[in-house]
Amino acid sequence: MNDSAKLKLRQRSGKCHAETITMAHGSGGKAMRDLIDDVFVSAFDNHELNKLEDQACFDLSTLNALGHRLALTTDSYVVDPLFFPGGDIGKLAITGTVNDLAVGGAQPLYLTCGMIIEEGLPVDTLRTIAASMRQTADLAGVKIVTGDTKVVPRGAADKLFINTAGIGVIPTGINIAANRAQVGDVIVINGYIGDHGAAIVDARGDMALQNSIETDCQPLNSLIAAMLKVCPDIHCMRDATRGGIATVLNEFAHSSQVGIRLKETALPIRDEVRGMCEILGLDPLYLANEGKVVAIIPAQAAEQVLNVMRAHPDGRHSAIIAEVTEKPVARVIMATLFGGERVVDMLVGEQLPRIC
Amino acid sequence: MKYVDEFRDPEKAKALIAEINALKTQIPQLASRPLQLMEFCGGHTHTIFRYGIEPMLPDWIELIHGPGCPVCVLPMGRVDDCVALAERPDVIFTTFGDAMRVPGSKKSLLQAKADGADIRMVYSPLDALALAHKNPDRQIIFFALGFETTMPSTALTVLQAAAQGVQNFSLFCNHITTVPTIKAILDSPDMQIDGFLAPGHVSMVVGEQPFHFITEHYAKPLVIAGFEPLDILQSIWMLVKQIASRRCLVENQYARIVPPAGNMPALNAIEKVFTIREFFEWRGLGSIDHSGVKMRENYADYDAEIKFNLPNLKIADPKSCQCGEVLKGVIRPWECKVFGTQCQPETPMGALMVSTEGACAAYYNFGDLDELLQKRETLSV
Repeated sequence: MNDSAKLKLRQRSGKCHAETITMAHGSGGKAMRDLIDDVFVSAFDNHELNKLEDQACFDLSTLNALGHRLALTTDSYVVDPLFFPGGDIGKLAITGTVNDLAVGGAQPLYLTCGMIIEEGLPVDTLRTIAASMRQTADLAGVKIVTGDTKVVPRGAADKLFINTAGIGVIPTGINIAANRAQVGDVIVINGYIGDHGAAIVDARGDMALQNSIETDCQPLNSLIAAMLKVCPDIHCMRDATRGGIATVLNEFAHSSQVGIRLKETALPIRDEVRGMCEILGLDPLYLANEGKVVAIIPAQAAEQVLNVMRAHPDGRHSAIIAEVTEKPVARVIMATLFGGERVVDMLVGEQLPRIC
Repeated sequence: MKYVDEFRDPEKAKALIAEINALKTQIPQLASRPLQLMEFCGGHTHTIFRYGIEPMLPDWIELIHGPGCPVCVLPMGRVDDCVALAERPDVIFTTFGDAMRVPGSKKSLLQAKADGADIRMVYSPLDALALAHKNPDRQIIFFALGFETTMPSTALTVLQAAAQGVQNFSLFCNHITTVPTIKAILDSPDMQIDGFLAPGHVSMVVGEQPFHFITEHYAKPLVIAGFEPLDILQSIWMLVKQIASRRCLVENQYARIVPPAGNMPALNAIEKVFTIREFFEWRGLGSIDHSGVKMRENYADYDAEIKFNLPNLKIADPKSCQCGEVLKGVIRPWECKVFGTQCQPETPMGALMVSTEGACAAYYNFGDLDELLQKRETLSV
């Protein structure tokens, strides 16, 4: 933004002097306007948003130049606690939506931001979260271009819920879908599994465990762009969030009507996460991740893709973890490190509540 | 990871399997039927499935998954009592997480929580006692369950509460005992079990002595087993070796944890707080004499069964459930009429589908469901 535009914004902007959010901040009046100006617009600060219209508008020709299909996604974030080792709900709200676009092969461009705030939340908490959202958006190269703010009475929501939607453009020639896995394909992941789930358990403090596990929450679009550059024909790709890699692999096996054979010894897992899972009886295959992409690629491209991933800062610990087999159809089988075999099914019930 | 990976070494596993295979020719019984070995404890069942041990074993060894999952064997009437306690407005009801999904006749604790009851998951009875200190105007009830493994920690919590004079803390006691239950299985006429893997963590408390009647009166060999996959394989090997050499002894594979005489301070705490019930109701197995404990009279102030008015109704197991036959090894989990169809982990009908340590849930989660259901079809033809 140039100086004169900054000046205009400053002249127009209200200031939020309140220390905590009250119902007035959701009333549609001056308090709400001041909050939006001071906390959100000043943090997100971009050309499309600063116009403060009811919608953000884009040039179709600019989008057209990037590819031939639009991708649209939405996700809501209700993580408890709001801040956890290595991240917060704001960072998560950006990376989650960016990653949902990126795993479809899209270049993420614009995000929306809907805030549902419980009255009584400190305004400074909102400021910190908004700043974190901006920082993560910059890292991912996306803009938050429109938003909405609602305040609900105490008890009607827990502190803060965020919804973000995003659009991106899929370049010509990319065709990623869960039903495209083929017998002989290999499955890669970009690093350690289960860090996010483990960090959240730790941050809640109800287990009285002490460790140093941080969330893996990170935007994946840069890594995925590098992967697509050397292998445009990635068959399937998803980010392994809730339900962990077990869920994603089962989805691939079902959609493509193939078998997947997972090698337990090939799974990258941190010792800290393994240790915590041992103590609490959790299975790292089902622990949530927020910065892990699972991709099914043709075997002949495996080495090249793996090299590119390992050379990227977000994929240093990448590994081939599984292969696609003809049978058993729609099943994931794991060769255990002990030399046995077992089925890895979808998670029944919940392993941990509210992790994202 | 140190002290863990050593017990999961695939090369040692292969060597043990070879040793087990080499014993085959010395067991005449195999001409007519396979060896049936029961692992009593749900923790063992979990390890067996988690590491895929069953398919590694020769086909002449059949593992029978016993009733040693305290969550699974909880009868519906007791769950109804829990719900009734939890729904009192003055109560915070505390429980281990895996008891949340056990179905009562009307609802589970999870459903009661969704309906507004104040139910909290804890990892230790001491967490429940801490809640009592924090909430002096509420009654904190701890749902005490488990075999002799968890009894000492509940007993010590009650002793601590009594020493501190805490008024708003009590136990809903559902602790059960191992030995009378194994005896009930051994007395059942259709039982064919050839040997037992005894529960390692129960033994850590009670020691080796309580198991001697199994070898002496019932002539079934027994090995106290640990919980890592190599522990299980080694215990199976020790058991098969006993059978092959016509020996019948209590052996202790888990000597790194289990002292032969058990743990005296733990046993003393149990003795101080609990006394044997005349009988206790088990889901799937019915009423078993002396198979549960209740609180002694001098701790009545901490006994939720005395402190509060309980519905205390006996609810029969659903008729179609065959948990009892599975528990005794008469049928395999997938042979049950409702396995995988009406009875699934999300909507369990029978005890064994409830917890991840239950035999049926283990088959459902870690086995190939379609293949198992097909096998059942073939059997019924």
